[in-house]
Amino acid sequence: MGIKLLLENDHIEGIKNYDTYKKHGGYRAAEKALKMAPADIVEEVKKSGLRGRGGAGFPTGMKWSFLAKPEGVPRHLVCNADESEPGTFKDRYLMEFHPHLFIEGLLISSFALGSNTTYVYIRGEYAWIPDILEQAIQEAKNAGWLGKNIQGTGFDCEIYVHRGAGAYICGEETALIESLEGKRGNPRMKPPFPAIQGVWMRPTVVNNVETLAAVVPIINMGGDEYAKIGMGRSTGSKLLSVCGNVNKPGVYEIDMTISVEEFIYSDEYCGGIPKGKKLKACIPGGSSVPIVPANLLFKTAKGETRLMNYESLSDGGFATGTMMGSGGFIVLDEDQCVVRHTMTLARFYNHESCGQCSPCREGTGWMYKILKNIEYGKGKMSDIDLLWDIQRKIEGNTICPLGDAAAWPVAAAIRHFRDEFEWHVKNPEESQKRNFGLAHYADPRPIPASA
Amino acid sequence: MSEVQNFKVTVDNITIEVPAGTTILNAARMIGGDVTPPAMCYYTKLKESGGKCRTCLVEVSKGSEKDPRPMPKLVPSCRTTVMDGMEIKNITSEKVLDARKGIVEFLLINHPLDCPVCDQAGECDLQNLSYEHGTEGTRYDFPRRTFEKEDIGPYIQLHMNRCIMCYRCVFTADALTEKREHGVLERGDHSEISTMLNKALDNEFIGNVIDVCPVGALTDKTFRFKNRVWFTKPVDAHCSCTKCSGKVRLWMRGDEVFRVTARKNEWNEVEDWICNECRFEKKSTKDWVIEGPSVIARSSVIAQGHYVGTKKTPIVIDKVIGKDPKFLMNIHDISDVNKPEIELSKIAGPAHSNDFKGK
Repeated sequence: MGIKLLLENDHIEGIKNYDTYKKHGGYRAAEKALKMAPADIVEEVKKSGLRGRGGAGFPTGMKWSFLAKPEGVPRHLVCNADESEPGTFKDRYLMEFHPHLFIEGLLISSFALGSNTTYVYIRGEYAWIPDILEQAIQEAKNAGWLGKNIQGTGFDCEIYVHRGAGAYICGEETALIESLEGKRGNPRMKPPFPAIQGVWMRPTVVNNVETLAAVVPIINMGGDEYAKIGMGRSTGSKLLSVCGNVNKPGVYEIDMTISVEEFIYSDEYCGGIPKGKKLKACIPGGSSVPIVPANLLFKTAKGETRLMNYESLSDGGFATGTMMGSGGFIVLDEDQCVVRHTMTLARFYNHESCGQCSPCREGTGWMYKILKNIEYGKGKMSDIDLLWDIQRKIEGNTICPLGDAAAWPVAAAIRHFRDEFEWHVKNPEESQKRNFGLAHYADPRPIPASA
Repeated sequence: MSEVQNFKVTVDNITIEVPAGTTILNAARMIGGDVTPPAMCYYTKLKESGGKCRTCLVEVSKGSEKDPRPMPKLVPSCRTTVMDGMEIKNITSEKVLDARKGIVEFLLINHPLDCPVCDQAGECDLQNLSYEHGTEGTRYDFPRRTFEKEDIGPYIQLHMNRCIMCYRCVFTADALTEKREHGVLERGDHSEISTMLNKALDNEFIGNVIDVCPVGALTDKTFRFKNRVWFTKPVDAHCSCTKCSGKVRLWMRGDEVFRVTARKNEWNEVEDWICNECRFEKKSTKDWVIEGPSVIARSSVIAQGHYVGTKKTPIVIDKVIGKDPKFLMNIHDISDVNKPEIELSKIAGPAHSNDFKGK
């Protein structure tokens, strides 16, 4: 049984409500934190080794300590609840079923950062969640956890829930800030970073929902204790949202020490693949991280067991590894077509590109059109190299990471599944009738002899 | 008053001292010539512009004297300020040239090949860019995206097909109008420039969006299809206008004034904004006091035909590579027409038979 920090009380009926939450130890961390000095809270978070759960995995404590603190200028905490990555839905679960845990995390973080006005920028498609959050905020306010002079400490904090209009790009922190300000959600040029000039040019910290919720157990158990969970630089627990060809899709909390194989096949988590089918490929961290074939998923290129944590998943770099990303775990069984899958992702990124900088605006559409040709049996052999060249010219040359996010899945699909692309081109008619299947993608790879 | 500190930066092996806060692009422009990255969206006069087209990406091989680490990614030179001791690679970096080639390709895949009927041809930044950094063919074999032409008021036509989304006109209109009347609709590759509910932009200075447009997306309706820019001669002129500086450039053929634009500097940026009345209505030499021929870059197509007052782009290649370049051939060796003692690059204008006759 893995450790449960965020979903500890998941089984309790009515944990959504303030009274139940309070009865089961809720707001204990907030009580403790409000008695601490803000700098000490930041220090605890630093000690915990908590890494941003939004995808990039940047150490949260470090991010907090970068926040500029000019005299007389308000600072803001903004929660990035614009969870739009295909395959990722862990934040939705937290906000929908554990709103008070989230609000407690927001409160502690706001106190630590000195944010009197905190915003939750929530994805437009999560139409029913703002009501849940607003109700929870009201309950917390009635109990004196929000508003003026919280619990007699003299600290004021208001939380506002801001609905987005349904754009993936607004999950990028500077685009989110622009959108929050009421402008078109175009990412800003960096520098200046939000920690210096964010919302309304004031110092701002933008954090993911899960990151902020994880502050609660950190305060409860102390940063050092939290850091003991997990391994290496992957401390604490991580929420994963599993979808695709598994028996038990859903949101799971893991402590980042279990292996990928166990995660997919154990009954505690995904419960294996339906109908006893074989695994073909997996995207372990949301649509924008590289896809890996089965033979690279359970074992790294060096032959070591791959674990569900930041370091192990990215072992081997992009050549043979992938990324932890935002925890959107997508499993593809032997009947799935990687070309079609890649096309779907390319369509998504084409649709969601903001159109501000040229490589992403033009390149994503171009990639989608080529992939569509290949998928529908109209591709040319040269298209595969062309795709590779396009993604190479998008990656790293754009304003925000959306360009990279659009390029990586295409790059990884070609890198690992080139045979399947070539089969589509060579057999245009057959490819319309059947899938390429598993082929050799689960065969054991030769392990290079270590020096 | 504290003195502005000077930073030493090196662009392609050429070291220059610039005031702190200068962008890499502007530092490179101070050197001039080939080491200056092209810029399609940056506009010195428009504060928020830049960073979007990505043609000016450069490699920073040394961050600064204090922190000599190179920057991991290519950076947009128009929005990155220099640090003391920074070393920048533009034309000496394979990575930059490769990325730039890609950007040009991206900019061109949806750009119509209608230069022969486009009013901007001859003074088009995208033409120059693709001539210098592009490839000869396209690998894009899909239909290009198209839009309907749109009139923005009585004087300006928006031809969205040609737009490269540099946002320059958006920033210009933002500066001119009180509300946001001119902006971008939609997103991604179907985003388009448009005005608030397709209304006319009604502002005395709105004609300037034509001048800032790097391509032929915004054109002057009083000049559309009247003439090719390279057949007209630019002359500087002024008038006493109550609204603007009155300093303009007239594009003339014979005595006829075909077009009035603002004066542009060597980077194709407007020096002084001009008002609509000067631009669209004063189309007679009687309205103007003519100062003389404008200074035009010698490399410009407009400079063809013995145009006086051309300006040569500085040649810096010897400094970049640290030695005199070795020419593939010397034209004097294979041509009997030329006089070997006349060095072609020293002639003020394009070479002419007069240069070789007589003397």
